[in-house]
Amino acid sequence: MDLYRSHVLVCSGTGCTSSDSRLIMQDLNKELAARGLDKEIKIVETGCFGFCNLGPIMVVYPEGTFYCQVKPADVKEIVEENFLKGRPVERLLYRDVDHDVKTKEFEDIEFFKHQKRVALANCGFINPEKIEEYIARDGYFALAEVLTEMTPEQVIDIIKKSGLRGRGGGGFPTGQKWEFAHNSPGDKKYVVCNADEGDPGAFMDRSVLEGDPHSVLEAMAIAGYAIGSDQGYIYVRAEYPIAVQRLQTAISQARNFGLLGKNIFGTNFSFDIDIRLGAGAFVCGEETALLASIEGKRGEPRPRPPYPAVSGLWGKPTIINNVETLANVPKIIRNGWEWFASIGTEKSKGTKVFALAGKINNTGLIEVSMGTTLRTIVYDIGGGIPNGKKFKAAQTGGPSGGCIPADLIDIEIDYDNLLAIGSMMGSGGLIIMDEDTCMVDIARFFLEFTQDESCGKCPPCRIGTKRMLEILEKIIAGKGTLEDLDNLETLATTIKNASLCGLGQTAPNPVLSTLKYFRHEYEAHIVDKRCPAGVCQALLTYFIDAEKCRGCGLCARNCPVEAISGKVKEPYVIDSAKCIKCGACLEKCKFGAVVKK
Amino acid sequence: MRSLEELKRIKEEVQKEMAVREDTGAPQITVHMGTCGIANGAREVLNAVMAELRTRNLINIHVTQTGCPGLCHQEPLITVTFPGKTPYIYGKVNPEKVKKLISQHIVNGQPVTEWLVNLSK
Repeated sequence: MDLYRSHVLVCSGTGCTSSDSRLIMQDLNKELAARGLDKEIKIVETGCFGFCNLGPIMVVYPEGTFYCQVKPADVKEIVEENFLKGRPVERLLYRDVDHDVKTKEFEDIEFFKHQKRVALANCGFINPEKIEEYIARDGYFALAEVLTEMTPEQVIDIIKKSGLRGRGGGGFPTGQKWEFAHNSPGDKKYVVCNADEGDPGAFMDRSVLEGDPHSVLEAMAIAGYAIGSDQGYIYVRAEYPIAVQRLQTAISQARNFGLLGKNIFGTNFSFDIDIRLGAGAFVCGEETALLASIEGKRGEPRPRPPYPAVSGLWGKPTIINNVETLANVPKIIRNGWEWFASIGTEKSKGTKVFALAGKINNTGLIEVSMGTTLRTIVYDIGGGIPNGKKFKAAQTGGPSGGCIPADLIDIEIDYDNLLAIGSMMGSGGLIIMDEDTCMVDIARFFLEFTQDESCGKCPPCRIGTKRMLEILEKIIAGKGTLEDLDNLETLATTIKNASLCGLGQTAPNPVLSTLKYFRHEYEAHIVDKRCPAGVCQALLTYFIDAEKCRGCGLCARNCPVEAISGKVKEPYVIDSAKCIKCGACLEKCKFGAVVKK
Repeated sequence: MRSLEELKRIKEEVQKEMAVREDTGAPQITVHMGTCGIANGAREVLNAVMAELRTRNLINIHVTQTGCPGLCHQEPLITVTFPGKTPYIYGKVNPEKVKKLISQHIVNGQPVTEWLVNLSK
């Protein structure tokens, strides 16, 4: 064992890696060695801390000093000041935007204060490429306990009592799923981990796989024991190269330690896991399409029943659990179902990880207890809306979900409350929108995504979403009629009822929920030919405020289509017939005289 | 992995190494490493602290550094702090003194009074 007086944790999640955290680690290594500090200070590569907009993140223990936006050029100063002289580098400390206070230790940062980390407990704390560090944090003890002291029925009972529900979107009770597969007769059964995270802007599962891959492996082995399976598959998208590489490392370490393979802990139980790479089709997150893809077939869904618990992979009983769901399992076994059931709301237990994105100050990965209000997430954890803008709505569940309007900001977020207002939990994408967001445009964006990702097997989804998209594009172009809104609703309801799988059944949700809460915006586009948020180009007109215009002519010189005319020192005028609405004049005007409405 | 005992053994071993990351309420040894401290041998003192902790296999001790507290004539200085208690500042520390400081103060909880910096002098 090597004793170091200090550990430097450097985030090597995807976010921080893309802003040079690898280079920082290399430079740190060199600099520490050059100063003879390499035997005193240990560099630890970790998974995501969640504070991605301030990455790359570096934390120095034992002090817990939290550095943000570290650049390779800062390494020399950090080594000289922090490690040689013991003074924190002030300018790299976290700074609270509102209060202008520097915070040294990361437990004191508002962003972390309101979170509760269960699934992410190890992310940003352990080195995900060292199985020993996972074990030191009680890793694989749940598997040991399950294999040596419990029957499969007891394991299922604990998971059922804990109230754990699927974190991938649907929220189906996990224990019940396991029980179905356990009760299905079959000589061969499979455990599948669904890591095909496809929502735009969501990266919960990726972060768990990158930051704590062993928790998923351990949970899969536990699930295997519970249902009587000896083989697991992790279906992960090839676009997650760091996650894939960490999983490969983790699997081979677990095999070397005898935690995967034959006769684990000297029992009769054997279990192994393999990785299957997905090509990144959104529909492959749907369980039957995912199974088809693992089997080497085209990733298309099939009708259920039979459910995978009865007839899944190669016709054998199969359970499919999401990454985050699995990450909770070892903790439930170790701490007891009572502990887990004490967190959250009546019907939604535990915590939920969200990828916070959009118009919000602190973008990143957060984990909160079920039942936390949207207000806490937006204002306390998220740090509010940038540039003093007003909060307008939040989109949950990505392209399958709906929006929560500003007047419902005090809603306690859990499965049932979200369903009640026409949204859904989804896998945990949380996109914040401010007053400058056009809700019609947002609905179009999500529908364009699902329409593009529709596999085309069933007509309601293939044709229906296309027709809906056409109507939305028509409205955005200022050519919509009020009848279009009725047609949208009829189409949406039909697609929801008639589609084969979850993709089609949920694709109209963004349209339905924006229609429900922001119908006036649709009407403004149709009746007044106006986009209230000032987003839809076709409905905007640019003009020059004669009182503010100084007649400098800068706008006219920059207009690419010569739509602006006038005399020097007199107000200029935009010819709206010629104007192509490129916004060049607005950008160039030094007096704020160009207005778009 | 053949048994739970084997898993426990690995856990305990690695936990020692990771203790530095946990807020365990561990006693803290702070070496003052301003320019004056370093010039008077604070680096050697820090090395001696680490070596002694390794030899004695003392894991739950946090070793940190700080700057010059203004007592440059007493350098090298180290401060020993038990959580919630008054810090003890030792002056003119050298690698030899470190051994006794650790055994007497850290291990047995008895400050080495004769080496303490007497601020009233």
